[in-house]
Order: sequence, then structure tokens, then C-alpha cells
Amino acid sequence: MSIETVALSAYLIAALLFIRALAGLSKHETAVAGNYFGIAGMSVALAATVLLAAHVGISALGVVLLIAAVLAGATLGLWRARVVEMTQMPELIALFHSFVGLAAVLVGWDGYLSVERHPFGPAANVLRVQGTYGIHHAEVFIGVFIGAVTFTGSVIAFLKLSAKIKSAPLMLPARNQMNIGALVVFVGLTVWFIVHPALLPLVIVTLIALVLGLHLVASIGGGDMPVVISMLNSYSGWAAAASGFLLNNDLLIVTGALVGSSGAYLSYIMCVGMNRSFISVIAGGFGIEAPSSAAQDLGEHREITVAETAELLANARSVIITPGYGMAVAQAQHGVAELTRKLRERGVNVRFGIHPVAGRLPGHMNVLLAEAKVPYDIVLEMDEINDDFADTDVVLVIGANDTVNPAAMDDPTSPIAGMPVLRVWEAKQVIIFKRSMASGYAGVPNPLFYRENAAMLFGDAKARVEDLLRAI
Amino acid sequence: MKIGIPTEGRSGETRVAATPNTVGQLIKLGYEVVVQAGAGAQSSFTDEAYEAAGASIGDPLDAEVLMMVNAPTLEELDRLKPHTTVIGMLSPALDPELVAELAKRPLTALALDAVPRISRAQSMDVLSSMANIAGYRAVVEAAHEFGSFFTGQVTAAGKVPPAKVLVVGAGVAGLAAIGAAGSLGAIVYATDPRPEVADQVKSLGGEYLKVQSGEEEQASATGYAREMGEDYNRLAAELYARTVPDMDIVITTALIPGRPAPRLITEEMVASMKPGSVIVDLAAANGGNVAGTVAGERTLSANGVRILGYTDLPGRLPTQASQLYGQNLVNLMKLLTPGKDGQLVIDFDDVVARSICVVRDGELTWPPPPVQVSAAPAAPGAGGAPAGAAAAAAPGSTKQPTSAARRYTLTALAALAFFVLVAIAPSALVPHLTVFALAIVIGYYVIGNVHHALHTPLLSVTNAISGIILVGGIEEVGHYSTVVTIISAFAILLASINIFGGFSVTRRMLSMFIRS
Repeated sequence: MSIETVALSAYLIAALLFIRALAGLSKHETAVAGNYFGIAGMSVALAATVLLAAHVGISALGVVLLIAAVLAGATLGLWRARVVEMTQMPELIALFHSFVGLAAVLVGWDGYLSVERHPFGPAANVLRVQGTYGIHHAEVFIGVFIGAVTFTGSVIAFLKLSAKIKSAPLMLPARNQMNIGALVVFVGLTVWFIVHPALLPLVIVTLIALVLGLHLVASIGGGDMPVVISMLNSYSGWAAAASGFLLNNDLLIVTGALVGSSGAYLSYIMCVGMNRSFISVIAGGFGIEAPSSAAQDLGEHREITVAETAELLANARSVIITPGYGMAVAQAQHGVAELTRKLRERGVNVRFGIHPVAGRLPGHMNVLLAEAKVPYDIVLEMDEINDDFADTDVVLVIGANDTVNPAAMDDPTSPIAGMPVLRVWEAKQVIIFKRSMASGYAGVPNPLFYRENAAMLFGDAKARVEDLLRAI
Repeated sequence: MKIGIPTEGRSGETRVAATPNTVGQLIKLGYEVVVQAGAGAQSSFTDEAYEAAGASIGDPLDAEVLMMVNAPTLEELDRLKPHTTVIGMLSPALDPELVAELAKRPLTALALDAVPRISRAQSMDVLSSMANIAGYRAVVEAAHEFGSFFTGQVTAAGKVPPAKVLVVGAGVAGLAAIGAAGSLGAIVYATDPRPEVADQVKSLGGEYLKVQSGEEEQASATGYAREMGEDYNRLAAELYARTVPDMDIVITTALIPGRPAPRLITEEMVASMKPGSVIVDLAAANGGNVAGTVAGERTLSANGVRILGYTDLPGRLPTQASQLYGQNLVNLMKLLTPGKDGQLVIDFDDVVARSICVVRDGELTWPPPPVQVSAAPAAPGAGGAPAGAAAAAAPGSTKQPTSAARRYTLTALAALAFFVLVAIAPSALVPHLTVFALAIVIGYYVIGNVHHALHTPLLSVTNAISGIILVGGIEEVGHYSTVVTIISAFAILLASINIFGGFSVTRRMLSMFIRS
């Protein structure tokens, strides 16, 4: 037993604890425990790494910086986690992704500076003996590339989600060619760097990757953010895995692969939720190709007053609320929760129907409703509740649009045809909380608003819900 | 246009095709309505009530649209004006002579009982609404014949055991019967070849008896049960032979569209029942599920089992039946009157209109092309479009799922590429690649189980653990040059924010999720 084997077995334990952590998240009952398993895994991994580093030998400056950096990071991280608003979760997660990306870039550059920069130094010679010196070049390069794309992509996503820049897609001409061109240049540079590991190609690839990440996310609109966030989650995992290859560290590889496949799976679920291929989301620019059918006459919509809505709710046996991003924007979740509580006290069966891509983050609506103390067992996902709309008296659509659009099922020519939607129109009465008659993210007119059993309640969702609370 | 509501000619028919309530809705759609004097009398709707709803009393055969419950008689057909539209339960599949008669005339005929079983057309499905009534009434008839309570009681005079009811076939009628018998207090058992109805049976308080057969039972594409194989039938017969002797009431509802009703309860099984037991055979009109059923009659078996073969069960609740039937008709008219201007439009691009149209302006359009129905479950693991969307979207609009051959080819190519990659990699890299590949697979399966509601906590936990890149920073800090150490320290800072922030925000989120 040496320090190395101790560290390796600690890494294995940590990897298993991480898998157990993710498995714990499969159910509400075990999720909290899962999080603690993750913390335990992280503690084991860090202890082992520090032990190993101390064993190999670490400079005094290194120790000081290590401790200072961890303490500063912990303070910052814990502070952000405590003060963040649940509506801002998408931004926070995007920001965290950017950190992983940047860290991967830095680790990659460190790899270059400590090995390739000194082609005949001890570290390089060890790799030569193992026959992985060339591989190391490729690992540095790939790690930096993925990390840099993740970094700028996440930063743009963060800025868009926090409304610091406009969330409309950036539509450059020949944008797909640019993206593909960047990939081709990356492959070319990789070959160059493997043959001749110089500083120049590494600088170029870093810049290209930074620009690619920026452009990639800039050209995707706000409503596709659930896919973007999961995709960046995936990238941050692959970046960590690439660093693991670079450093010969299996724990990094395992963790990176876990995170990478988790993000990829979430992206897949989100794409299914929109009935679009991953490529078409990444290629971006959905909102711009708004169809010409906007001009078609859909008939008259009907308005309803707060008092009439209150009357309907008071007489209903069963109510389903389908929230969307609009609820998060208006911060209406607390009012909605209060409304739910009041109605349930009167014996009304109130449930929530959540579309997979509602909000800007997978599972965003669930977190918002949980924050407002809505019990999670009445918050159902689309497949669980879709057949129950027919037996429902009143459906409240709060800040959702495309996810309740019947055109997705009825109109094969619609741009969102085939997208699974909440079939709210099967209920006896649908009330739509909306600021105006404008189209949703997809730019598609919504025939739901013109159905006979649908009525519009115009105004800010939060204000309307509060009016409703007073009226009941 | 004018809609005529005649008095039903068939003997014993108590229903009427419109009630004052539905007349009002038809008028809202822009139609005039003429009701034959006394048409609603047997359903307890007076002429005055119709007039109050806006209809006039007169000769319905004079109208452009004739709404009926049953098919018109030949005499009525002869009296119709050319280009009249006849709507009713015409049973075109069972009555080819009627179809031929209709096609001889310059009429349009719509068979309401041919509405396809798609979700959009549920509101017009008269077979379901009538079956619902029949199932309820079957229990009432059985209770009427049965000499004991349905519910179990403990009284001062002694204990009364609850009645045991077996419902064969858990379709609409069967489910209605399960619900009605259950709410009278009986213990209800049900059988059905479609295993997916087990939950529906349970939800109504019944117990689902499964036929243990190797045959892969499944929902048919039409939403109705299909004829089962021999093996299944033998096992089902064994199940009935075992169960029936213990039952007080047996209600059979097994029908297969376009075929005689299957004979499920044999003479021996009837003979094994207790005297005074009651059998209600809802399939009597199609030959019956029970040996000894006579359509429309009440018969007594040799051992004193009462077998009811009534075929007019919906008509025994005429007021309710007329209201539901009339509402089905109104829903159909809503579909066929897109302008709400009283003009009937039969659009053959609409699958519902196409399916019910038997004759259009004297031209035979029966049988319609088959309609695939949403009840079929998606093949597990197909991974393509989700079931709801695939079924509901118009045919041809959904993406073709990748064919099996193509999928295997792609898998084989990917495997080959990976094989080559690993084979040419230096041996020091291979353990890492092994770990990498296995971790991806584990990740995929573990994440696949994560509850949808927990996706945001999942993202923040994976965020935290991807801060493991901290390990990379620590390995490089303080070993090489000062520049490397400083850069590493910065990487450590970023990764620490992730780790501490990620775990702590996850904990905060998870603590918010509460049960009611």
C-alpha cells in the first residue's frame, strides 16, 4: 500500500459515491440523501488529491494559493447559493458551467506550460517513455477547445438569461458554415499541434473556440434555453473528462463522463419535448423563420373578467394549472401557490401540468412551485396528466403559449407540428393569463385562444392572480 | 338549413334524437329545428318544451337534415326530398340492405355509430354513450331480478354477505356496470383480454382477473378488443369455469366489431350457478355471450338462473339516453358546421366526416378507409417521436423513425470506429478509455431514472461534481513554474465556487420540495 494506491482507491470510492448521488435524485424521497452522497464523494476525492499532492511535494506558494483559492471559492459559492432567487436558477447554472469551462481551459494551458513548453523536461520524458507524449498534445488541445466553447457559450447563456443582452437569436449570414469552418480549422490545428506542439496553434485554437462558443449560443433564442443549458452541462462534463485524460486521472474521466452523458440525456429529453432534432436547435434561429400563416383569420377571442374567473373556480371540482416561463417572469408562483391552497381547502382538486420544456431550464417550473410551497405530488408531468384534461372543469394557462398550442396536433403545416403539447382544450373551460395576443417563442399563432371554451384574462400574471385571490 | 326530428318508428323505441336542451344548441349553430308532434313524449319531453327551446312543431320529413336514432324505414325514405341528409345509428357494417337502399336515392347518409375511435371524436361517440347507459341499466335490471341485497350488512337479524358480480369485458358498458355494481355495495370482478384496462377496473373499485396466457394480448389499432387465439380462449374458459359458480350476478359485454358475439359462458357454467343468480347478456343482439340467451327476452335456466337478453337497455333510460344521444349529434353538427351559419359541410379531408359518411348525394362511399387510433401504445425503446404526438398528428406528418436496419448499421459503424480508435491507441490510454466508455453508459442509465421534477437539482448537482476539475488544479499547483501555480490557483478558485455553490444550492432546492 502506497500513497498512490490509497489515492486511487479513494478515487474509486468517490466515483461510486457520485453515481450513488445521481441515482438518489431519481426520487424525491432519496434526493436529499443523494446530495449528501455527492458531498461525501467530493470530500473523499479532495482529501486524497491533497494527500497525493503533499506526497509528491508542493511549494509553499502553492500551499498558500491552494488554501486561499479554496476558501475564497467556498465563500463565493456558498454566498451565491444562499442569495440566489429561484427564478434566477437558469442564470446561476449557466454561470457555474462557465466556471467549469474556464477551469478546463486553465488546466489545459497548465498542461501545456508544464509539459510541452519544456520538451525535454522530466514530465515530458516520462510521457515519452509511456508512449503517450503525442496523445498528451491532443489531450491539451481538445481539453482547451471544449473548455473554451463551454466558457463563452455559458457566459452568453448567462447574459441572455439574466436579460443583460437581448435573448433574440443572432442571425449572421452563413452561420452554419462558420460553425463548421471553425470545427474544420480545429481539426487542422490539432494535427499541427500534435506534429509540432508550439504556442501559436494553442493560442489560435483558444481564440477560435472562444468565438465559436460565443457565436453558437448567441444564435440560439431564449425559448431554446432548456436545450442550451443541458448542452452546456454536457460540454462541461466532456471538458472535465478531457482534463482527466490529460492528467491520467480516472476520477476526472468518470465524473466528466457522468456529467457529460447526463447533460446529453437532458438535451435529448428537451428536444423530444419540442419534437425537434438536436442539430436544428443548435443551428439556432427558430423564432426568425416565423410562418406566414400568422395572417390567417382565426376568429374572435373572448375576454373574461377576474370576477367571472373566480366564479368559475369556485364552482369547479377539478382545476389544472399549466404554468410557463411567463409565470417565472412575472414572479407569480407565490400567488399561484396561495390560490392553489385556497382552492384545495374548499375541496377543489387542483393539480399542475408541467410541459418538459416549460421555463428556461429543465425542471424549472417544479423548482419554482416547490419554492412557493406547492406540494410536489400535485405537480405532474405532461404524460401523467394529459389524459385528465377531458375530466377537468377549469384549466388556468399562466404564461404558457407554445406548450398548449393545439396546432401542434391538428395542423400538419404548423412549424411546431408534432410537438407534444398539453391538451388543455379538452377541458370544459380554459382561461389564459396573458399580457397581449402576441405569439409565443415559436412565433406561431395559437388557435387555442379562439376556441369556444377558451377565454383570455389580460394583464400581468402576478397582478391578475392577486386580484383573483381577493375575489375568491 | 332546417333540421327535422321525427318520432321514432321502430317498435319499442323510446328515445328521440333531440331534447329541448340540444335543440337550443342546434339553433345556436344557425339551424332551424322542426320536431314532429309527440316525438319526445316517451322520453318525457313535451312539445311545449321543444317550442320553448325555439323549435317548431311540424313535419320533420320536410327538412333538409333528418336526425334520427334508428335508421329510417323504407316508407320514410320514399317520402324524403332529394338531397336530404339523414343522420342516425345506421349500422352500415351490419345492414348491407339498408346501405343499398340508401345508395339508390339522391341522399346523403351519415352513420353516427361509425365515428372513429380517436380522441377528437370522443364527444360524438354514440356507441360509448349508449354503452355507458346500457352498462348501468344492466346492473339495475340484475338488481331487480336478484333476490338479495347487493351490499353486505350486519343487521340485528343476522349477517348479509355482499353479492358477487362478474363483469365480462371491461369496455365502456363493462366499466359502467363495474361502477354501478360497486356503488351498490357488491364485490365486483372483471375480465378483459386487454391487460391495459386493469387500472381502469381498479379505479372503479373492481378486481381485474387476468387470463394467464402466453399469448401477447394487446390493444388493437381500432381501440376495440379483437378476437383472441385458441390458446387464450381455452385458458379464459377455464377461468370462467372456476369463477362463475361463485358469482351471484354475471354481466357479459363482450363484442367484437363486425363478428358474432363470442360464446363465453357455456351451458355447464350456467348450470354450475346457484338458483336465483342473474345473468345479463349485453351482447344478446349479436347472438349473446351466454348459452341460452334469447335476444330481447328474460329466460329461466333449468337450475333457476335468470338470463336477461334485453336489447333495449339504453331505451330503458329514455330521458338520459336521448339527452346523451342528442348531445353527440350536436357535437357532430359543430364539426360539420364550421361557419356556425346553419350550413352543413361534409369535408372528406376530415377523418371523422369521411368515416361516418355512407352515401354522399346518392354516391356510395361505404366502407371508409381505415383509421388508426391513438390507443395503440408506442413500442418501448423506439426512441422516436413520443406516443401522444405520433398518434394525434395527422397521418404522414410525423417523422419516420429510424428503420431497424439503419439503426443496426449505425451501431455497427460506431462500434467499429471505436474499436479502431482503441486498437491504435497507446496501451497506457486504454484503461482510461475503458473507464470513460463504461462511465458514459452508467451515466446514461442513472440519469434516465431521474424524476422530471428533479431535473434542475440534477443540473446543479452535476454542476457541483463537475467541479471535480479542482483535482486537476491541485495536481498542478505548486509543482512546476510559478506561472503554472498561479493559473492553477485560479482554476481551483473557479472549481471551488462550483463545488460549494452547487451542492449548497441543490440542498436548498431539495429542502423546498414538500409533500402534501
